[in-house]
This record gives sequence, structure tokens and C-alpha cells, in this order.
Amino acid sequence: MNESILSVEHLTKRYGENTILEDVSFSVARGEVIVIVGPSGCGKSTLLRCLNALEPIQGGEIRLDGETVDSGAKDLTRLRQRIGMVFQSYELFPHMSVLNNILIAPVQVQKRDREEVKAEALELLERVGLSAKKDAYPRELSGGQKQRVAIVRALCMHPEVLLFDEVTAALDPEMVREVLDVILDLAREGKTMLIVTHEMSFARAIADRVFFLDNGGIVEQGKPADFFDHPQTERARQFLRTFEFESVK
Amino acid sequence: MNWEFIIKYLPLNRKAAWLTLRLGLLGIALSTLIGLFCAAVRYYRIPVLHPLVRVYIEISRNTPLLIQLFFIYYGLPKIGIPTDPASCGVAGLSFLGGSYMAEAFRSGLESVEAIQTESAYALGMSRFQTLRFIILPQAAAVSVPAFMANVIFLLKETSVFSAVSLMDLMFTAKDLIGLYYKTTERLFLLVAFYLVILLPVSLLGTVLERRLRYAGSGT
Amino acid sequence: MPDLGLEVLLKGKNLVRLLGGLWTALRISLLSVAISLPVGVVLGVLMTRNNRFVKALLRLYLEFIRIMPQMVLLFIVYFGSTRAFGWDVSGETASVVVFTLWGAAEMSDLVRGALTSIPRHQYESAEALGMSRLQTSIFIIIPQTVRRLIPLSINLVTRMIKTTSLILMIGVVEVLKVSQQIIEANRMSSPNAAFGVYLSVFLLYFLACWPISLLAGRLEKKWS
Repeated sequence: MNESILSVEHLTKRYGENTILEDVSFSVARGEVIVIVGPSGCGKSTLLRCLNALEPIQGGEIRLDGETVDSGAKDLTRLRQRIGMVFQSYELFPHMSVLNNILIAPVQVQKRDREEVKAEALELLERVGLSAKKDAYPRELSGGQKQRVAIVRALCMHPEVLLFDEVTAALDPEMVREVLDVILDLAREGKTMLIVTHEMSFARAIADRVFFLDNGGIVEQGKPADFFDHPQTERARQFLRTFEFESVK
Repeated sequence: MNWEFIIKYLPLNRKAAWLTLRLGLLGIALSTLIGLFCAAVRYYRIPVLHPLVRVYIEISRNTPLLIQLFFIYYGLPKIGIPTDPASCGVAGLSFLGGSYMAEAFRSGLESVEAIQTESAYALGMSRFQTLRFIILPQAAAVSVPAFMANVIFLLKETSVFSAVSLMDLMFTAKDLIGLYYKTTERLFLLVAFYLVILLPVSLLGTVLERRLRYAGSGT
Repeated sequence: MPDLGLEVLLKGKNLVRLLGGLWTALRISLLSVAISLPVGVVLGVLMTRNNRFVKALLRLYLEFIRIMPQMVLLFIVYFGSTRAFGWDVSGETASVVVFTLWGAAEMSDLVRGALTSIPRHQYESAEALGMSRLQTSIFIIIPQTVRRLIPLSINLVTRMIKTTSLILMIGVVEVLKVSQQIIEANRMSSPNAAFGVYLSVFLLYFLACWPISLLAGRLEKKWS
């Protein structure tokens, strides 16, 4: 593997008395795709939110290429530009057209040339099959379309790491595929990604490593084939069983 | 209906209407400034100011303008704060309107969900950029209906000015009713003037509301 | 300590008189609320029916009442109707008429809003359970509507109370009129009475409206 780009050491996250994450450590290599699975409430989403400092942490350290990510960091906005994030609920800006949603951050935050970013945005929209929708408003798009725009919006910032937080959980089943295909494509390109998902066959296909998170800690991790076919812990086996149905006939 | 009377007194009425409108607009402008300030204080929970603003809003919303005006106009001079009818009217209207505007703006700000802010942060925007590009445009669109309703409400409240002997629409009406007893004509003028002032504002509100409805309507 | 003119209130029956004046205003607003609530409910339900003529008529009524300052409405009823019809209306009667007309208009709009805000599928799922129209209304629609309405109608009460301060202008002897009388009577002995007396009236109105507003806010939060 290549050198590590993101490292997490002894991360602890609490809400008041409630411990969400405890002593979580791992590191991510450049170009690696990590899929995080686990039962709801296990802290998967919180972990992603900590990685770009949307949540203050109570212990440990997160480093991006050696620089500390912390909600109090002085150049937090600069660090966040290097970490893209896509949310479950898309969070496009409802008062802006698709194109402006994509352009606003590169132009206003990174001060890049509007025309240059626009050319790039159009190319990316073309790639995800949405160039016809560049002037549409978010309310005119389907869930799957909104999510693909959200991915393009994150990509246009040229992030070094991409975080996907259950990006298909709010979608109708027939739209899940169009979004996952885009993410698979990014994996082929060698993007570094951390993906929280409930789509197990997708996880298996895309992951370099799978983390199984439960009760605020990484209980098990390994290559997808190992994890899905030979889970080591009882908790992981139990979790994976919930995705299977036994025939009643 | 005696049209001669109406035509004869139209100029007097026009002057009064103009005065009412001017004081009303000034009061509304000040109300808007007070409202923006108070809404910002409440939204960001600025210490010390936050509870003070809440007290102001409760007092302002739970007392009638007429009583506020009487206190300002007749009460304040007794402790050495001189007031004249015009500034008293504007002060009263702003004191009243500030709290209504604050609530309109605050509900606009709070209608923008926290995760919108987070997604702006995730794109590397600063707090100021997030406020300017993401929160304010959405909040403004949501606030427009309440803002327009407040404008109409405050313009209507200007009718109360006459109680502190302002030379406005209501006062000329009351005066003339006493003087000439042309009640029907006077009331007709009064209704006509408030319709002329308020109907366009009301229509503008409806149009604006319709045009701005896109924001906040589903992400 | 400057003379704030507060001692006037303790003189003789001044405080009692002031409270009596406030009661006149409160009585008028409570009476108007009592009449306008049922009338408003009926009008509100009518507004959701599909009769175009009735709808247009009610809309016109609502818009006119809404756009006219309450003071203008008071003048129309008090000065205008006496002249037009030649009858003799007392200030109190005129006030109750105006506040009822106004309250019913506002209430009808609240009822209409509450009824139309209940999503279609609430009706449909009640139907799907085999309920009759009457049963749907009684068990499903009315309880939800009432919850939305109660805080809003309580708010209407405070608006009504605040607006009754205007009846001074058509000669009803209420709290401001009593204040003027007290200030006038004590002009020599306490020249600063205007400050103390009007401050007291200010606080009295606040004490009358604030608890009601708090209640409305509490209920709104609880039921939203």
C-alpha cells in the first residue's frame, strides 16, 4: 500500500455522559476505499462527521497528511476543502441552480476562475449523466439525481479524501444503483474514500477494507471477502445474518 | 354622499395621508433595523444581550401601541425626556414593530436546517461565507410573508397616531366629524385612503410570496 | 429620586378605578371573543366548502376587515352607522360589534387554515378503515384541528385585549379615560402623575396579556 493520508489515533467522542466512540484508531492509505458497516446507532455517521470536524472530539487525534483536524483548528476551512463529504439527505442548496450549487464553493472559497470551474463542472455532470439538468433547481430533481449532483459538488473541490454518509439510505430502490455506479467509478479512478453504507453487496464490491463498528469501537476489520464470508466475531456474524432471509416454503 | 365636500377637503386629506405614510415608513424602517439586530442576537445566542432582547420582545408584543404612545408622549416628558407628536409616533411604532420584525427574521433564520450549514462547512466555507451565501438567502425568502404582514400591520397601526394629536388621516377624520358632521363623506375618505395605501402593499406581498416560494421547498 | 407621580395611585380609590377601567376593556374583549369564536368556526367551515359564491363573499369580508385599521372600523360603526340608520349606538355596543366582526373574520381564517392543513391521506386512511364521514370528522379531523386551533385562538384573545385600548377614541370610559381623569384631578398636587399612571396602565396591560401569550406558546410547543 501507499503512504498513509489520514490517521486516527485513540479517537473518543462523547455527548455529555454518552460515549459514542471510544479509543478508535486506524489509518487510511492514499487511494484506499474503506467501507464502514455496523448496526444503527453504532457511531458510523458520527465517526465520519468527526473526520472533518463537524463534531468536536473529546480525546485522541485525527491527522490529514500530518496536519491535525480539530474543530478548533485555525485553518479549519482549508483542511475541510481537502475532505469532501456527501450527506444522506443530499443537502443541495435549494435557492441555487445545480450549476451554482457546484460552483459556489470553488469560486468563493478557493477563489478559482469561474469559467475554468464551470468547464470542469459541466464535464463532471456529463459523466454522471446530468448535463441537461445544469440549470434546474434542486426541487426539480429526483433523489438519485440530487445525490449525483451532491457528489459532483464535492468532487469539484478536488478533495484528497471523500466521505460518504449513507448516501443511498434515503433513495427509492431503483435510484440506488445510479448513485452507487458513480461511486464505483470513483473507486476505479483511485480516489481515497470512506463510505458508510447498508448496501452489503456494494460494500463487498468496492471496499479494500471493511470496518465493522459496534458499541463505539471497531470490532473487526479485514478484506471484504474475509469479513463477509468468514466473520471472526459473534457480533459481526449476528449483524450479517440480519441481511439474510430464510425460505419459508 | 356630498361630493363637493369630498373634493373640497381632499387636499387636507392628502397632506394628512402623506404624513401618515411618511411616519409609518420611517417607523417600519427602524422596526426592520431593530428586528434584524434582535434576530441576530437570538440566533447566535449572544450572552447578556440575549435575555434582554427576550424581555423587550415580550413587553413589546404584550402591550398595545396606544398605551405605548400615551406613556411616551405624556409620561416621558415628566421625567425630563421631551417628545413631540411625530417622533413619539415613530418611536412607538418602532418599539412595537421591532419585536414583530425580530420574530419574522428569527423564524426565517431558524427555518434553515443545521445540516445545510454543515454541508457548507464541509465545502470549506467560513462562518461568514455560510451566512452570506447559504443561510441569509434562504432565511430571507422564508421571512418575506411575515415581513409583508408586519408592514401592513404597522401601516394600519399608524391610525392610532391620532390619539397623540398628530395631524394624520384619523385625526382629520375625527376633527371633521366633529366640525361639520359630514360623517359619511369623511368615513368614505378614510376608508378610501387606507385602501389606497394598503391594497398595493398587500398585493405586493402576495406576489413576492409566490415568487420566492422556491426556497426551502425541499432539498 | 425624581418625582415619578406614583403616589397618585395610592390616593383614595384611584387604583381601584384604574382596575375598573381595565375591566371594562377586558369585558368587551372577552364578550367579543365569546361571540366571535363560534361564528368564526362556522364561517371557517363554510370557507372550505365548494360553494363559489359563499367563498367569494366570505373572502371579501375577510380581506376588508383585515385591511382596515380597527380604529377605522370603530369609527364606521360608531359614527357611520348612527348617521346612516339613525339609531343610537353606545360606544360599548359599537366596540363589541366591531371586535366581533373582526374576531370572527380572523377566527374563520384560522379554522380554514387548520382544516386545509390536514393532509388528504388522513381522510383517506380513515376511509380505508371503514369510517363514515361523520366518524372521520369526530375521531380524526376535529381532534387534530382543535389542537392546531387552540393556541392560535388564545393568541387572538391577547390581540383582542390589546386592541380594546382603542375604544377610548369612541368615548368609552375605560382604563385610559380613567387615567386621564385621575391625572387631571391631581394636576396640582402631583404634576408628574402622567408618568406614574401611564406606566401603571402599561404594566397592567402587560400583566393581562403576557400570561395568555405564555400559555399559547406553551400549548403550541406541546402540540406541534
